[in-house]
Amino acid sequence: MSLDLDQALQTYIAEARELLQDMEDALLRLEADPNDADTIGAIFRAAHTIKGSAGLFGLDPIVSFTHIVEDVLDRVRDGDVVIEANLIAVLLESGDHMLHLVNVVAAQGGQLDAEAIARENGLRIRLQAYQASQDSSKVSHAVQVETETSFQSSGGGFVETDNWHISLRFGQNVMRDGMDPLSFIRYLSTLGEIVSITTMFDALPLADEMDAESCYLGFEIDFKSDADKATIAGVFEFAREGSLVHILPPHSKLTEYIELIRSLPESETRLGEILVATGALTQQELESGLSEQQTSARPDGSTTPLGEILVEQRSVEHEVVQAALDKQTQSKDSKNKESRYIRVQADKLDELINMVGELVIAGAGVSLLAQRVKDNPLQEAASVMSGLVEEIRDGALRLRMVPIGETFNRFQRVVRDVGRELGKDIELVITGADTELDKTVVEKIGDPLMHLVRNAMDHGIESASIRQEKGKPEKGTLRLNAFHDSGSIVIEIVDDGGGLNRDRILQKARDRGLIAPNVTPPDQEIYNMIFEAGFSTAEAITNLSGRGVGMDVVKRNIAALRGTVSLDSAVGQGTTVSIRLPLTLAIIDGFLVGVGKSSYIVPLDMVHECIELTENDRQATGERSYLNLRGEVLPFVMLREHFEIEGNGARRANVVVVSCAGQKAGLVVDELMGEFQTVIKPLGKIFSTLRGISGSTILGSGEVALILDVPSLVQQAVNRESQHVSTRQLTH
Amino acid sequence: MGALVKKEIHAAVMQQERGQYLTFLIGGEMFAISILGIKEIIEYGNLTTVPMMPDFIRGVINLRGAVVPVVDMSARFGRTASEVTRRSCIVIIEVEADDEKQDVGVVVDSVSEVLEISAAEIEPAPSFGARIRADFISGMGKVNGQFVIILNADRVLSVDEMARLSGAGVTEFVAAELA
Repeated sequence: MSLDLDQALQTYIAEARELLQDMEDALLRLEADPNDADTIGAIFRAAHTIKGSAGLFGLDPIVSFTHIVEDVLDRVRDGDVVIEANLIAVLLESGDHMLHLVNVVAAQGGQLDAEAIARENGLRIRLQAYQASQDSSKVSHAVQVETETSFQSSGGGFVETDNWHISLRFGQNVMRDGMDPLSFIRYLSTLGEIVSITTMFDALPLADEMDAESCYLGFEIDFKSDADKATIAGVFEFAREGSLVHILPPHSKLTEYIELIRSLPESETRLGEILVATGALTQQELESGLSEQQTSARPDGSTTPLGEILVEQRSVEHEVVQAALDKQTQSKDSKNKESRYIRVQADKLDELINMVGELVIAGAGVSLLAQRVKDNPLQEAASVMSGLVEEIRDGALRLRMVPIGETFNRFQRVVRDVGRELGKDIELVITGADTELDKTVVEKIGDPLMHLVRNAMDHGIESASIRQEKGKPEKGTLRLNAFHDSGSIVIEIVDDGGGLNRDRILQKARDRGLIAPNVTPPDQEIYNMIFEAGFSTAEAITNLSGRGVGMDVVKRNIAALRGTVSLDSAVGQGTTVSIRLPLTLAIIDGFLVGVGKSSYIVPLDMVHECIELTENDRQATGERSYLNLRGEVLPFVMLREHFEIEGNGARRANVVVVSCAGQKAGLVVDELMGEFQTVIKPLGKIFSTLRGISGSTILGSGEVALILDVPSLVQQAVNRESQHVSTRQLTH
Repeated sequence: MGALVKKEIHAAVMQQERGQYLTFLIGGEMFAISILGIKEIIEYGNLTTVPMMPDFIRGVINLRGAVVPVVDMSARFGRTASEVTRRSCIVIIEVEADDEKQDVGVVVDSVSEVLEISAAEIEPAPSFGARIRADFISGMGKVNGQFVIILNADRVLSVDEMARLSGAGVTEFVAAELA
């Protein structure tokens, strides 16, 4: 039982975090469109659900604070409070505080520290401003209802009670769903006073038929409270499925009690007795009610919906019914949404993907053996199997794909807050939010993105006055875009700011000795210098202050994900930073090549074509390393030389033409061995400084093959040559 | 701090008990390593060389699905790399780096036996004379009147240090090429 609750609590924490994220998103949307009723409703629901489920777990600090927030939101929904910037700010901060509460109270089971308590008190006071006039109006409202009902109820069978009457019959699965029936009652008691409670155990089967995990209990509760029906009903929101919950307001008519009695599974007399015993009804009332109902009931045989009856009898306000109906549709909506997803623990998924990786390797081993024994049926079977394995691999990897939109949306808040801090009005435009990529990549891309976004806002986009001078719209625009491009995902951070100061960067690069004084590389290359270590953005881009962390950290983080980052800028028009990342970190399609005795993998999506290295080109490799590819100049890298592999080259050599970031290059290898599904195995920390190789994989034969990191390999070749040339210039 | 205390306790326990050590030959000299960190001993073979790495990193092997780096102990001591013979073995040792456990393979010329050496039989390392960095040695064990160098596996196979050296190796290599 306690284990179940524990699990349920974990679910609650995860859900609460999601809801708070939704709430934040909605609040930010509200800033743009303050009258959007749907959004207001969504925020209210989020707060309400967090409060409701916190109550189930007895997390009082969350309940008490969220209650105030919910109150204010309720007034917003009713139109009593108008949405304005201050209110959104308070609500955003309240959302942050709620997240803190969830993290501290629910996740760690701890207490708030003094700082958090001070913050909460501050927020309570600020929220009260929106809440202040509410109490009196609520009271008058309640009074009105009361007078009305007592007046009306004199018509048919007067009932003495002024308490709510609640009949609960929990579904058998309540405990299996991770809920403790008692916690509902505990939470109910926070709304008022439980006058009497009777446990109904009639459904309890014989001992040998009883399942200890099922719930057979029901409760009849008389409850004294000023809360409205929707609030009380909300207590049982999570148990509604499979459970019977009947709530009768105070001063309900006798007929309603009779209805209730009939609708419950227990015998009429038994229920009647209990109602009499708890003081909800008198014996007389019960008897007269039961007989009256029988005689007068539905002469035409039709039934009237309970809701209608309630309204007709004016015992329930129209709005109350409407609210209840609303809530029903809402919970139905969210249920639909839930059914489309299954929550799976991330490590289970990782384990599955690891196993699929092993399966791919084992499959490659089988194919290899099948080829070797030259048994046709066996080869056929092996090829069918590898086809299936490939599909399983793709399917398993897709499980881990998530849209990047969630990550992007987090920046709405960042842009808003940082914009305020900097005194700049900046709008965040998100496109390509549906683009999917591996969850592990998503998790790790957050920090570099954050850095780039802050940078763009701080250094890129100018202040309103400067923008006005330049004739740009006062409001700056920051764009986050994502799209797929040949096996990678590209994320762009685009600002419409002043662009980079090219001359300044060039100057700086020369000062640092990164560029020779007499060389002027293309602009693109100059801009990308800011990713070099020790290149302070503060001095390089604008004269605004830097944030301390250099762009080289961003570059390193992205490189760790086997990605690349590049930058383009136009003076006065803005800067675009493009991050190119692999879709997944686990398995890729590779192209197997051999150099000497070793095998290497080239990521297949980079391979353009393969050609033979002609004797002429081979002879000339001493002086030049480029060849004529159908009229195009193709520079190439001799892998044997580059990796200093001993032994003479094979009689024939082949060139694998690769392209990365719009540039083509050739890799000269001895042997082409074809496509290979590559399960990436990291090479471990010892090889962390190794460039040109991104990882390793295990071949069908059990041997280890290394995966080439083509972009860095090409970069190495470029560096080497420019160093060669410059040293030659110096020595001559 | 906690780790330190644990190590001390560990050391104290070791002093009372007789420690077990695996002895092996490298370049004709006998060395020993505490068997606690040793996972297995496998035949030398199927090694994939990793280019552009310093001499002491022989390459990587596939150890039942995991890719494990293999270190040449002799080269690590600054001597010439071991020659591979029929008796060459790879000893798989688990080392700890930043609270992460990593398996590292070590090439040895041949494996001898597992010996029990009591704490009383272990002398402190000499400050020089062993022709091996002093911090690599955890003690000198006396076996049959002969000294055996007991290696400190965590230091000899320090992943951090080896990674740093490989990085430096690459730059040296570039510098050498420039010259």
